[in-house]
Amino acid sequence: MHTVLRSASKEVVIGGDQPFCIIGERINPTGRKIFQEQLRRGDLSRVEIDISEQVAGGAMALDVNMGAPLADEAELMVRAVELAQSRTDLPLCIDSSVVEALEAGLSAYEGKALVNSVTAEDERLDAVLPLVRRHGAAVIMLPNDEEEIPEAPRRRLELVGRLVAAAERYGIGLEDVVIDPLAMPIGADTSLVDKTLETIHLVKERFGLNMTLGASNVSFGMPDRHAIGSAFLPMAMTLGLTSAIMDARSADLVQAVKAADLLLDHDPWGANWIAAHRARTAATP
Amino acid sequence: MKAEELLKVLYDETLVGNAPRVLELTNEGLASGLSPEELLFDSLIPSLEEVGARFERGDFFVPEMLIAGKAMSGALEILRPLLAETGVEPVGTFVMGTVKGDVHDIGKNLVNIMLEGAGFQVIDLGVQVAPEKFVAAIEEHRPDIVGFSAFLTTTMPMFKANMNALEKAGLRGQVIVMVGGAPVTQEYADAVGADGYASDASAAVARAKELLSHRRAAQPA
Repeated sequence: MHTVLRSASKEVVIGGDQPFCIIGERINPTGRKIFQEQLRRGDLSRVEIDISEQVAGGAMALDVNMGAPLADEAELMVRAVELAQSRTDLPLCIDSSVVEALEAGLSAYEGKALVNSVTAEDERLDAVLPLVRRHGAAVIMLPNDEEEIPEAPRRRLELVGRLVAAAERYGIGLEDVVIDPLAMPIGADTSLVDKTLETIHLVKERFGLNMTLGASNVSFGMPDRHAIGSAFLPMAMTLGLTSAIMDARSADLVQAVKAADLLLDHDPWGANWIAAHRARTAATP
Repeated sequence: MKAEELLKVLYDETLVGNAPRVLELTNEGLASGLSPEELLFDSLIPSLEEVGARFERGDFFVPEMLIAGKAMSGALEILRPLLAETGVEPVGTFVMGTVKGDVHDIGKNLVNIMLEGAGFQVIDLGVQVAPEKFVAAIEEHRPDIVGFSAFLTTTMPMFKANMNALEKAGLRGQVIVMVGGAPVTQEYADAVGADGYASDASAAVARAKELLSHRRAAQPA
């Protein structure tokens, strides 16, 4: 299964036989007070910094979220998408829970975007999927419904079945469906991440779909977060995770992913691994 | 064990979240003649306050906060009926829920555990709580504080809908309103007219106590 994302000039393929797709996560004001104030004033200078840091760290696509409270999210999304397109040729992941912001972002985007995201709630599916279809985008789909965020992997799998059916109903090909198996904070309950891993395994076995998740969620509330992420991502990759929304500024995380790519035979002859080493060596005098 | 030593050991065992020992020591303390108030106010609550302080400093992490809160809740199950008999009121009553349209509950549950650990009686309405359900719960339980939780920028506006429902039911003046959740900020809390906001479970407890003592100072019983 290949999910193809495109900017105006570049194509990125997500798939089980491809290098893991690192989607840079930082272009997001959640929990960042100064960034939020800047956005409310219409100042996008922080967005520029976040874009360049994620690109420098090795992001292969960029997640763009403009969810600052008390700001016009749709307008900010248009400006952020335009800014990102002028600074990088990486494909974008348009991230909002506000349908108008998704629509505005998709309209401003040139290429094939990834929409982040839609849940298995009927109202959300009916609002978001027609947009995805109309713009020829791909979409991240979450297995939670109106009632709950289920913990049991089997229940999540059932909801993935509903998501797949909904995508088909709206004429969206399964190659354009990326499932989010729901990454949960290990600090809140140490049984939660094992359930995410089991969900990844089940979705791969049953549907063979591409999957992505918010990798930072896993280590929330814990010390040495990057070490936890660096252990989690290769485990998840082994089971079938093909992408993650993650902080590409962390060399530890990125290297863990690249090493797993090598070990899982997604890096023939270790060419990428060796090239990355050489680039680092050349950069340090 | 002498009373003073027992209170100290109970404090230490609560701090590290040793639930079985906290239960034992609570029972032992009662058997040896310590009052429920002494156990609560001279050992358990100061211990949980120290947990909160360490969390704020970055010396304690979420799981440590959780097990300490749970250990404390276990002791409170024994102490609560005894405290009620002697006429000691709970620290406060808190009605909590995730707003309508939102099913996220991990953060809310953390806050509940810490509130209970601090001696609050918490009535958790769960997720997808509609404004009328908050109103009904406030009428039924007469809480000191109601907490609205939201995890999405799309569900945060339910805070305002809830506030309007409280106004309409004539309850706004009777209850302190606190809001929280990942995308929520102090500015947003102010904009919807909430009384309080906190960015994490530990801060929420501190803020709740602070708001409550202001309220009680302003309206002497």
